[in-house]
This record gives sequence, C-alpha cells and structure tokens, in this order.
Amino acid sequence: MSLVELAFVVNGESVTLSVPPFATLLDVLRDDLELTGTKYGCGEGECGACSVILDGKVVNACLVPALECEGAEVLTIEGLAFGGKMHPLQQAFVDHGAIQCGFCTPGMIMAAYALLEANPSPTEEDVKRGLEGNLCRCTGYRKIVDAVLSFAGGGA
Amino acid sequence: MNSQSSVVSHQLVPEKQRAGQIATKDTLIGKRIPKLDAPEKATGLARYIEDMKLPRMLYGKILFADRPHARIVNIDTAAAKAMRGVRAVITAADIELVPFGFGQDNTALKKDKVTCTRDEVAAVAADTPQIAAEAVSRIRVTYEDLPVVASTDEALAEGAPVIHAKTPDNVPFQFDYSHGDIEQGIRESDVILEDTYTLGRQAHCCLGTSGIIAHFEADGRLTLHSLTQVPFLYKNDLARIIGVAPEKIRIIQPPIGGGFGSKLDIHPFEPICVFLARATSRPVRLCFTREEEFRATPTRQPMVIHLKSGVRKDGTFTFRDVRMLLDNGGRTSWGATTPWISMRTFSSLYRVPHVRQHVDVVYTNNIYACAFRGYGNPQATFALESQVDSLAEVLDMDPLELRLKNAQKPGETTGQGMVLGTCGLADCLETATQHAGWGKKRRNVKTSKRQNVAAPNQPDRTSFSRDPMGSASTDLSSHRHIAHGIGMASLFHVGGGAKIYRSDGCGTILKLDDFGGVTVMTGSSEIGQGSETVIAQIVAEELGLSISNIRVINNDTELTPWDVGVHASRTTFIAGNSALRAARDARRKLINAAAARLKRKPDDLDLRGGKVVERSSGEPLESIGKIIRGLHFGRTKNELVMTTDFYEPPSTAPDKEQKGDISACYAFGTHVAEVEVDLETGVVKVLRICATHDVGRVINRLGIEGQVEGGIAQGIGYCLAEELKVEGGRVCNPSFTDYKLFSTTDLPELDVSFVETNDPAGPHGAKGIGESPLIPVAPAIANAIYNATGVRMTELPLTPERVLAKLKEAREKETISD
Repeated sequence: MSLVELAFVVNGESVTLSVPPFATLLDVLRDDLELTGTKYGCGEGECGACSVILDGKVVNACLVPALECEGAEVLTIEGLAFGGKMHPLQQAFVDHGAIQCGFCTPGMIMAAYALLEANPSPTEEDVKRGLEGNLCRCTGYRKIVDAVLSFAGGGA
Repeated sequence: MNSQSSVVSHQLVPEKQRAGQIATKDTLIGKRIPKLDAPEKATGLARYIEDMKLPRMLYGKILFADRPHARIVNIDTAAAKAMRGVRAVITAADIELVPFGFGQDNTALKKDKVTCTRDEVAAVAADTPQIAAEAVSRIRVTYEDLPVVASTDEALAEGAPVIHAKTPDNVPFQFDYSHGDIEQGIRESDVILEDTYTLGRQAHCCLGTSGIIAHFEADGRLTLHSLTQVPFLYKNDLARIIGVAPEKIRIIQPPIGGGFGSKLDIHPFEPICVFLARATSRPVRLCFTREEEFRATPTRQPMVIHLKSGVRKDGTFTFRDVRMLLDNGGRTSWGATTPWISMRTFSSLYRVPHVRQHVDVVYTNNIYACAFRGYGNPQATFALESQVDSLAEVLDMDPLELRLKNAQKPGETTGQGMVLGTCGLADCLETATQHAGWGKKRRNVKTSKRQNVAAPNQPDRTSFSRDPMGSASTDLSSHRHIAHGIGMASLFHVGGGAKIYRSDGCGTILKLDDFGGVTVMTGSSEIGQGSETVIAQIVAEELGLSISNIRVINNDTELTPWDVGVHASRTTFIAGNSALRAARDARRKLINAAAARLKRKPDDLDLRGGKVVERSSGEPLESIGKIIRGLHFGRTKNELVMTTDFYEPPSTAPDKEQKGDISACYAFGTHVAEVEVDLETGVVKVLRICATHDVGRVINRLGIEGQVEGGIAQGIGYCLAEELKVEGGRVCNPSFTDYKLFSTTDLPELDVSFVETNDPAGPHGAKGIGESPLIPVAPAIANAIYNATGVRMTELPLTPERVLAKLKEAREKETISD
C-alpha cells in the first residue's frame, strides 16, 4: 500500500511522516509519534478519550483522517506540561481528586482546555456542557467539574 | 520551645527550629490527599496496556463464534495462515483444553460446540493489528446450528435443549439459605406482600478496554502484563490452564483503565494470548476494540427475584422468603456465586427472625456475567428496599420509621451469624434524611402523586378527593406534567473483607532507605480506587513522614507479597491493616534505636515531621534518616529497617449453611433520592442524592468522596438507562452510541456525608467503601418515582418506555375504578 506524506505541527514541533491514506489522527499520534497519552476508548467519537486540540478546536482524534491535518497545529496532553511542571489545569485535576483510573483524564483535560480557551469564565452549566462528550466511568464527574471551575475561578 | 518557634516564624528559620514548629502532632488521617499516581495520569505519561510495546511484539486477535448455540463441524484456517505477516493461527486442536471458571465449563478455545456468541473459536498473531483482523476474517468455520435457549424460562421448559452435557437440567448451581421458620413467620404476620423484581445486564464499560501482553523469557519463564484484579489467584489458576508452573509466572499490572469487578475472573483471551506467544516465541499483545469489549466481556448478573415478606401491624418484620433465578449464560464465571452476597442483605440489613432463600442458576445461550461492583447486592437491595417501601405504605407508616424500627444495631449477631461490632445504620438513616429534608419534602410530594397519575394533561379533580393521604392542595398551575418525589434505600455490605477463599489476607513488605524514604510493597492492586494513596497515608502517619516520602509498589508479583485480590471492598481495611502493622514494627525499631542512641526511654519519643522528637514537647532530637544510618552502618551491629507483615482478618469462612462471621466488620449506608418524573414522556430526572455511609473512619476524604460519587453515578446508570440488550442470544447494542452512559449533564446534585463509627478492627477505625455507594441507588430512585407518581417500578433499568407504560397502566386502572 502506498504511503502519503503528512507534515503538521504537534505540540509545537514540526513533524513530517509517511502514513497510510486511511490512517486517523489517533493512529498517527499513538503509533507513529508514540504520543500515547491520547487514548483509544471507542473509535467512533462517542467517548472523548481521544480528545485533542486541532487548530484551536477540540476534536475526537479517532474520527479525523490524518491527512486532513496537513499543515495544521495539534495539541495533545503531552504538550500541556512545560519544563517538568504540570499545566495549572492538570494540577487542578490532581488537587481536586478528578482522576481515578485516569483513562479518560487526558481527553477530559484537553476538552476542558478547549472550553477554557473559548470561555475563560464558564458557569457550572457551561462546564458540564463543554465536557458532555467525554465519558468517565469512575468519578461521577463531580470532581472533574469542580477542577475545571476552580481553574476558571483563579487558575488562569 | 513552642513560644520560641512562634517568635522566629517570620524569619529564615534554622532547620532544627522549623522542624520544631511542625512537630506538633498533625495527622494525615481524614485529610484530602491527591492520588499519588494522578500526576502521571494527568500528563498522559501513564502507560496503559494499549500503550505498551515490546521489541518484536505481535498483535493478537480472536475469532468469536457469533452464534449462540452451534456444533463446530470444521475450521479452515488455510487462507488466514497464508497471509503475509501472519505468524500463528490457533484453534482448539492446537492447545491442551483445560477446563476453567467457577463451573469448570470454559476452555480458552472451544472444540466441539459453542454455547454463546462470545465463545472463542480461533486466534491469530500477526505483525500488525490490521493484518491480524484481516486474517481472522479469513478463517472459515462450518457450524451446525442448534436450537437457541434464549431465556431461563426456555432453559427450564420440559424437553429444553441441553447446553452442557454434564448438566442435563440446565441448572448447574443451586444455593439455599435459611434461618428461623418461615411458616411461623407467616403465622405471625399481619401483612404479607409478594412481588417480582427483574434486573437487567449492566456492562462494566471500563474506559480502557481489556488487554494483555504475554512474553516468554529465554528460560521458559512467562511475564504477563495483565489487568487482573487478583494477581496471585490468577497466577495459580492460569498456571494450570497454560501448563506453566506458577512459580515461573510473573504478573505485572500496568495502570488499569477501570475494573469494577470485571477483572476478577480469568477470561479466555488471557490464556489465548499466552498460547499465541508460545506458538510464535514472540511477545504478543491482545487488546479488545470497544465492540469486542461489549460483546465478549461479561456483565452484571441478570436475575429475577421473587420476594415475599411479612410484617406485624406495629412494623416489626416477621419473615422473608426469597427465590432467585439467575440467567447464567453459556459459561460460568465467579459471578454465579453472587447469591452468597445477596443473601446477606436479605438476612441481615434488618432484624428479621425467619428468612429463607432459594437460588437457581440456569444455563442459557446468552452471554455470561461476572463480578460487578456490589456482587449481587445491588439486585438484592433493589428488591428488598422496594418492598420495604411497599410494606410501609400498607402499614401507613413513614418508610423512615419502618426502617429505623427494624434497623440492625451495634453489638447484634444477625440471623446469618454476622457479628456487628459497629453499626451506623440508624445514624445513616437519620443523617441522610435530615440532609434531604425528608419529612417536609415527602409530605409535599405525597399530596400530588395521585392526581398526577390520574391525569397528566387534564387533571381529574374527582380523583383528588380519594387521595389516600386526604390532601389535594397541590399547585397544578405550572408544571402539571412533572411529578416530584423523594425516596430512600439503605444498604448492608461487607466492610472488612469477605472470607470466601481460604485466606482473606494481604502481605506488606516495608523498606526504609538510609534517608528516610519508604518503599511499601503491598499485595493489593490499584485499579483507580486510590488504595495506593490510602496505604501511603497510613504508613506516613505511623512513621511521622510526609506522604511524598512514601513510594508504593503494588503491581509486580515478583516483588509484592500475597494478597487475595481487589474485591469485596476490602483493600483499605485489609491492606491498610497490613501496612499499618508493618509500619508499626518499623516505627518500634526506629524508636528503640533512637532511645538507645539518645539515652532516652522509648515511651518518651515520637516520630513527627521526619524527626525523632520528644513526645511531650515535640522538640526535635534527631532526623529519622540519621537513626536509620546508625543502624545500617553501626560499629558493632548492622541492621536494615525492613519489616514484613501478613494480615489475616479475624473473620470466619461461612459454614455449609452459609452462616458465619464472614467479614471483620460491616458497612452500612442510606441514600435519599429526589426525582422529577415527566408524566408525558416517562423520563426520570434525578435532582439530588443525599448519601450517608458508615465508613468507620475516613482515611482520605478526597478519595472516599470520589468512591461515593462514582458509585452513585454507576448506580444511576444501572437504575435508569444501562442495559446490554441480548435477543436470541445476540448482543444488540455493542457501542456507546446504543448503550447509554450518563455524562456530565446528567449529574444530579450530590450531598455526601459520613458516619464515623471507628471500628476497632479497622486501620484507624476504617471500613471498606468501594462497592457500597452503588448498592442503594436504584431502589432509592424507584421509591422516589413511586412517591412522585404512585407507580411501582420493578424492572431495571427504568427507561422512559417502561415508566410510561406503567403510568399508562395506572391511569387506565384509575379510569376503570372511577
């Protein structure tokens, strides 16, 4: 099968690689770039575990054809922490007990990041709506919503 | 010293004095401690099974039968084997078929016959997951279909097809229990109610799908990266299935993307992966897709419960007679034993002198079930707590009063022989209802319930006057199609482990380095529930160290000592006790060494803030690191500070009649749910849940709140929406599109509180909490729906269709009686 060249920016770094034409952004992130923080949860855009930021908007990486990312900028969970220090939003998830098994966490944090970028002072209702596409089986969501609200309140 | 400290607190404080400031006894117990592994998970650096790759690793894939009941005539693997990149194709003919599972009716691959759609028929190892999937699709199996047994009724019918030859009646297990004399109970009753409750299949829906990596070393040893919740039992059982000596198997658990009981059994995909690794002499990883996760992993037990209970006019419970029918599916996992736990709720949540229970576990050609948070208790509690409300209504008693009247009390031994040292049930009932505004809200909703049922659109005013509560002063002007209601349910569960296996113990190895850093090796696994943090807190507390000094190793059987597994809400209690005892030994050693070195009495010393301090004043005398180095590098004697402990709880295995003090302590709780029912659509919205749990003592407040909130969310899903639908043996909704999981916007307001009964057996008084929060959610909501509408829901989940059907039925009845 012939591979196609793909050039884009991931977490601030330029990347060029050859990918199968049917590869998804999730495949490329996880298999080619070994950015395994972005999770496979369902492969059909229902759980949000693969949420990443594509040109400023949150997307389910499992639904995005990799080749559509040509020239785009992608931010994954690995791109949030800087200089060995967690992003304050990540810290808020840790401090508020918003993490149990942790499998939904990267996607949840990226969805929250996109939400806060678009709306730095969300209401509780805004936060719930913004995270509606991200499933969590452990926490019951209360502490996740609290973590995002706390960051919106003073962390930004 | 203290006054000096306060004076110097605004300056750059010399180390010794700063230590003096923090050397006041500042406990970690009950604090909000973030999970130790949270930073790794928050940054995406935690490597789950699907994130792991080994050099030359292959990818495994399974061919499932996709037929509920059929004879295997032939399997043709030639086309799959011929594919480039395929390294092995195996069928039952290629492996030794060793039966396993609780019923010994399962094998890794199936030889002659499949008994449910998820039966594993063949497997492939290939260079990429894509090639493996393509190869599986090229395997041709010739089947001869057999009549499908799609329900327990069909399985028990005369002349029903036999699913497993060794069980001609399709009933592989029966469980019986009794105490007292049912006939006497019936004679003593003023009111007797009999109802049937039907419980559906809830899927675990772990966000991380199932997976495993198998890897043989050059010397024949096997390393498994496995998600098992029971690594030591697993090693033993797996050894038999794969023909490798257990001492040559190493289990390493990567971070686990959700457990909830789903990983208590050995699942066929696990030995299959080992067989593929053996066939190829290469590491093999086998991970499920989401669809495979839905189709080929077990669920919560579907069951039908017939419950008959009696009560005296004054509200005293007299007897309870239970018959349960479990749809076992085509194979038997440990889930078949859930009646062991469900019977404890029937016998012991309340004082009831006469109890009898009979359970039939029935083979069908449906997919099978396994352990799921609560282990049969959510089903039992749904039936029992629904019927308790019905009894209260007949007696015209407040359900709270009826429950308080019959609630277990501390110091009692239940009919099933369980000894309740501490019991906070009455406190839970009172606290939860107080937080919920029970008296006030309940009265208000009662007045509105009859009219709502009678006429959602055009209120039938004549029906008001016949309202049994004699009140019709309800505001109908604004939301007449919305009915409000409030309901409660309580729970009883094991809180100090459950002695099902011959040991319910856990081991700890505790090692201090020469700087005061502590490594705790515990047998108990971390599956997201936060046990590693609780264990670290307990050790840090004992040794006067900061939590950041503690490293917990809990995922490698070559390092960690034996433990029976993460189940039965046992880890805080059992592993916590073991860690506490190991830490106490280390503490004693440190204090004695310090006393000798400092020429003080051991009783005068304490460990605080990383220092040995004078107990009375808190004055720091020496760093803990220095004491340890003194032991290591002593002039006359050299010693490590390393302790071990194996904690076996003071519980007893149940006798043949299932009686006995199975747990070292017992957990209780009460939930009050407030709901809104849309009478036109049948949609139930949970507005608020007030949950109070007797947890003995809170160790990590952040973690325990998370357990309760998460348990409630799973309970709401179980109650209102979640059901893996199986028709004719086939799974109908194997995706998150069709299997509804609630999300952030479905979240009700939560009020979580704790009753601290300080159980003398628990570490710092703590009991287990893991499963309890899910258990009473469904009956609390169902009781609230009844309170709102007068409609008694008896079949889970309470989907809008089911609620609407019952509402219609009730309206029709009302019309006829008019």
